[in-house]
Amino acid sequence: MIGGLFIYNHKGEVLISRVYRDDIGRNAVDAFRVNVIHARQQVRSPVTNIARTSFFHVKRSNIWLAAVTKQNVNAAMVFEFLYKMCDVMTAYFSKISEENIKNNFVLIYELLDEILDFGYPQNSESGALKTFITQQGIKSQHHSKDEQSQITSQVTGQIGWRREGIKYRRNELFLDVLESVNLLMSPQGQVLSAHVSGRVVMKSYLSGMPECKFGMNDKIVIDKQQGKGATSDDSAKSGKQSIAIDDCTFHQCVRLSKFDSERSISFIPPDGDYELMRYRTTKDIILPFRVIPLVREVGRTKLEVKVVIKSNFKASLLAQKIEVRIPTPLNTSGVQVICMKGKAKYKASDNAIVWKIKRMAGMKESQISAEIELLPTNEKKKWTRPPISMNFEVPFAPSGLKVRYLKVFESKLNYSDHDVIKWVRYIGRSGIYETRC
Amino acid sequence: MTDSKYFTTTKKGEIFELKAELNSDKKEKKKEAVKKVIASMTVGKDVSALFPDVVNCMQTDNLELKKLVYLYLMNYAKSQPDMAIMAVNTFVKDCEDPNPLIRALAVRTMGCIRVDKITEYLCEPLRKCLKDEDPYVRKTAAVCVAKLHDINAQLVEDQGFLDTLKDLISDSNPMVVANAVAALSEIAESHPNSNLLDLNPQSINKLLTALNECTEWGQIFILDCLANYTPRDDRESQSICERVTPRLSHANSAVVLSAVKVLMKFMEMLPKDLDYYGTLLKKLAPPLVTLLSAEPELQYVALRNINLIVQKRPEILKHEMKVFFVKYNDPIYVKLEKLDIMIRLASQANIAQVLAELKEYATEVDVDFVRKAVRAIGRCAIKVEQSAERCVSTLLDLIQTKVNYVVQEAIVVIKDIFRKYPNKYESVIATLCENLDSLDEPEARAAMIWIVGEYAERIDNADELLESFLEGFHDESTQVQLQLLTAIVKLFLKKPTETQELVQQVLSLATQDSDNPDLRDRGYIYWRLLSTDPVAAKEVVLAEKPLISEETDLIEPTLLEELICHIGTLASVYHKPPSAFVEGSRGVQHKRIPIHIGGSPSMGSGFGAPAAVMPSSLNAPVGGGLGDLFDLGGGVGMPMGTFVPPKTLWLPAMKGKGLEIMGTFARRAGVIQMEMTLTNKAMSVMTDFAIQFNRNSFGLAPAGPLQVPTPLSPNQTIDVSLPLNNGGPVMKMEPLNNLQVAVKNNIDVFYFSCQYPISMLFVEDGKMDRQVFLATWKDIPNENEAQFQINDCHLNSDAASNKLQGSNVFTIAKRTVEGQDMLYQSMKLTNGICVLTELRVQTGSPTYTVSDRHTHALWVMIPARAGV
Repeated sequence: MIGGLFIYNHKGEVLISRVYRDDIGRNAVDAFRVNVIHARQQVRSPVTNIARTSFFHVKRSNIWLAAVTKQNVNAAMVFEFLYKMCDVMTAYFSKISEENIKNNFVLIYELLDEILDFGYPQNSESGALKTFITQQGIKSQHHSKDEQSQITSQVTGQIGWRREGIKYRRNELFLDVLESVNLLMSPQGQVLSAHVSGRVVMKSYLSGMPECKFGMNDKIVIDKQQGKGATSDDSAKSGKQSIAIDDCTFHQCVRLSKFDSERSISFIPPDGDYELMRYRTTKDIILPFRVIPLVREVGRTKLEVKVVIKSNFKASLLAQKIEVRIPTPLNTSGVQVICMKGKAKYKASDNAIVWKIKRMAGMKESQISAEIELLPTNEKKKWTRPPISMNFEVPFAPSGLKVRYLKVFESKLNYSDHDVIKWVRYIGRSGIYETRC
Repeated sequence: MTDSKYFTTTKKGEIFELKAELNSDKKEKKKEAVKKVIASMTVGKDVSALFPDVVNCMQTDNLELKKLVYLYLMNYAKSQPDMAIMAVNTFVKDCEDPNPLIRALAVRTMGCIRVDKITEYLCEPLRKCLKDEDPYVRKTAAVCVAKLHDINAQLVEDQGFLDTLKDLISDSNPMVVANAVAALSEIAESHPNSNLLDLNPQSINKLLTALNECTEWGQIFILDCLANYTPRDDRESQSICERVTPRLSHANSAVVLSAVKVLMKFMEMLPKDLDYYGTLLKKLAPPLVTLLSAEPELQYVALRNINLIVQKRPEILKHEMKVFFVKYNDPIYVKLEKLDIMIRLASQANIAQVLAELKEYATEVDVDFVRKAVRAIGRCAIKVEQSAERCVSTLLDLIQTKVNYVVQEAIVVIKDIFRKYPNKYESVIATLCENLDSLDEPEARAAMIWIVGEYAERIDNADELLESFLEGFHDESTQVQLQLLTAIVKLFLKKPTETQELVQQVLSLATQDSDNPDLRDRGYIYWRLLSTDPVAAKEVVLAEKPLISEETDLIEPTLLEELICHIGTLASVYHKPPSAFVEGSRGVQHKRIPIHIGGSPSMGSGFGAPAAVMPSSLNAPVGGGLGDLFDLGGGVGMPMGTFVPPKTLWLPAMKGKGLEIMGTFARRAGVIQMEMTLTNKAMSVMTDFAIQFNRNSFGLAPAGPLQVPTPLSPNQTIDVSLPLNNGGPVMKMEPLNNLQVAVKNNIDVFYFSCQYPISMLFVEDGKMDRQVFLATWKDIPNENEAQFQINDCHLNSDAASNKLQGSNVFTIAKRTVEGQDMLYQSMKLTNGICVLTELRVQTGSPTYTVSDRHTHALWVMIPARAGV
């Protein structure tokens, strides 16, 4: 298991050092500094073995977190723990910085004592931790006996991510479907690879211990329901709208065995912000933009580039923050650009023409043409044309995912599903969205 | 309030000032002072001198202050053991506190103080806390047992904490269960033969139930523990798999990887024709792909594991090539790993895409990555024959870029392509020769020299080229020197007239002016060869070379199996067994994948059915182990003598590059014989056979060299018999009778493992005197006894006794009690250990009951497997 945990600043000065196992000595702190932080070469692996001691590290801004061990630990677990540790610190004092760590070192030691015991990770949900690690030591003395047992049962219980007795005057739920769409397209417009990686992010402000059920247009579920004898009209309609999900993962609050057997997503949500699920799709992706490049070499010192972009979604919707990057050769001496919409500029430092459009409606097209002057060179190496990349944001989910319902049940308190105010938002962003030219 | 100021005090006399502050009357000042002490401790200053003053602050009702003092104590108690005792009272008092958080804090901290005197006081509070009404205290106490065990294992055993810990596995609270599992697993690691975890279908069921309810970390502990279990049969294995698969959708990658580990291991037990087997294979791919969208560090861990999984079961990810394409902003460690997996997945179907990608990568900036990409192109050529031509032309394009390291790397791989496809791509030699001057790395120089020597007849100025290298002969690395020597000798044999002088020169450089023994020896051999028999020299030096194999970088199968059992852990990241990087006893046991028993008889694994039924625990019944003790299949009429199991396939021709080995073991005239049938299923002649054993439980070793009389020509089969003795080095194997064998021939070295019947080790003088038997039976403690039943055996006691005698199992006495025949028998193993058995035969019933007593606890697991 984890033998010790160190936090360093960018200079390699140790800010926090907590040792859990006897086999980790003080010299381990220095070994990591000398061999990794002060190493001349760039770090080539997040796991380093120095003198039979293994160091796992992650970096947040300029802070290094390192876990140390001499045993054959579960490596995936150690990294997951380090990320979790960062989450917890962020939940307590927002940004992870040298200043914040020094200011909160007592708190961090207290947290480290609680979430790692003899190197074994324990409950590390910040929601639960905040109920009894408060940095106001005196206050914890005044917990009544009931409160104490409530804390301990929550920390060890099945629903470790939520405390009891939460109360809101207004029960509200915010649900964001955030997708990033990735594309690699050939110059001829053939899709080489495309996938969407999406996340369902929630903010819940609900009273009590509500039981939630989340439904989306998952093909497997829809097909199953059709089997149960929906009318043919219905099935034709819904069949079109359902999507095939390649894989998904869930927050630990979701009952996985239920998902496995019935494919229903039911859970008792944490309070506040959390990521309910992540998913990935590759079939029937709506590609919001199509890029049509045309590059012509005129002699040895001139290039003519024409790029057309077409928006491929409902005319009533608006895409935002559109940016097209057209790479230029290294020996470019001058560029003339003409574009119908937005602004375009040649950025010599990036070796690219950057074309920005603030807004663009669906089913429209726009084009840019540029003349690139080249310096004559005697370099034999040909310019390998890098792909044209694109950034944008659209108000729908390119995977086609639709939220069908999000039901809330709280039997003990007197509010029903109808009383909860629910907000749903879809945002599609470009991931790596490239067209070769 | 900013606490960062505590980090900056560096004045002299600080300790003195702190001392005063610690003894201050004001609470606030005290707390400030303790904080300063902790800050100093963190940055590495020695503040141990303040020990008594800090401990004095412990008696407080301020929880924050208390925790700080505890932190100090954990750090310095060991250096001040006598003073640490001062703290004991407070701890013991706190363990009785009405607040469960304080009780837990006390027991948690106490376990971290590694002072003998304190641990004595810990026992009573710990015992109470293990049975505390509050789950938070119990889960903390469970881990505390592991802490105490680390300090004083004997104490934990004497105090009976292990049993209490075992009881906690049935606790109602899932987190208590998870921590108990974690603690027991750790303790069990340092007692490889104990039966601590006592995994049986009931306890497994409890764990699987807790799995659904506990925290993400708890799920990892439980899954890692489950992975050590060996299911009884394929039904049980399937039902566990079914309950583990939902974990594949967990957001925590470690949970996913641990679940994958359990599935990969247990899958091995499922019959391949089962529908469920196919379903499971399909279910594994998506979660593995999803791991690649995690944070880069986790991606790295995932990729290292996928590398293993792809080697073990290529079918899982064969359609997922694209997800391993490198992204521009991947960290370098992710890029390198992805590249490795791409090559492993490359096949005829996807080679065009792969090559296009590799070509892109070869123009990147990172030197290591570019080199690896170039090398990958070469490996594709060797792996997928259809792509070879395209790969070669891609490599030539890359050579044209004239980027120094790209050119060198390309030449190294082209050499391998020449060796794989002789007489096909030699037209490119001219291009290669143009780049001779730019080569400055030994490996590239050596490769180029090899090419020049090998194709000397096609290169007009080969002698000039080689001569140019010869000028700086002494400055070259050994690799280049050796290659140059060989190349010039080849050249001489091909064009003897013009190169006499050159060969003289290199031979004298190698033999007279060099002090490298390898080089000198090789020089002398060539010299002698050339001077005595030039024809023979030609045959030796210009002999046809065997083709190089496709996969030179595959992990050796037994290591791969072990690493599969360690999926998710550091071992899987390093691709090394834990024993290679863990000190001490921990992790030294080698793990193995269970093998599917029964089912189709054609199960090519080569292990007989009994192999996997070795009981892993002290008193577990031996199912089926004695089955062939009595040779149920009507072997009564066979002549008496040691039972020889039929030959099984040890090394399939596929793995042995054409060499197939079937084999068995026999005991003939007191000598253990390894009997093998070697078949050459390759196209070429096999010679130079040799054999070696790995260290094994009984120190078996070949008594002489492997005698294969003639070269083995294609399609020829011969039987060989190798006498064994037991004077070799001993290492305990799992299962006990496992033997790892390496067989070498002119083509390669092959590894396989096989299992010998224990009966082979029973010596002829194993018959015990009656009195001695009685005395020994009584002396052996009950713990060393194992009992099991053999069903469906239709021999009467006398016939059984006779049969067993043939295998050196001697009947000492026979008794008839209440219609039961009791046979008392003894046998002795080659290493002097005696096994005594009591065999009860119910007359007229086909059931035998056997009780075993052994003189040595370690060997308790030996089931009396004796073939008749």
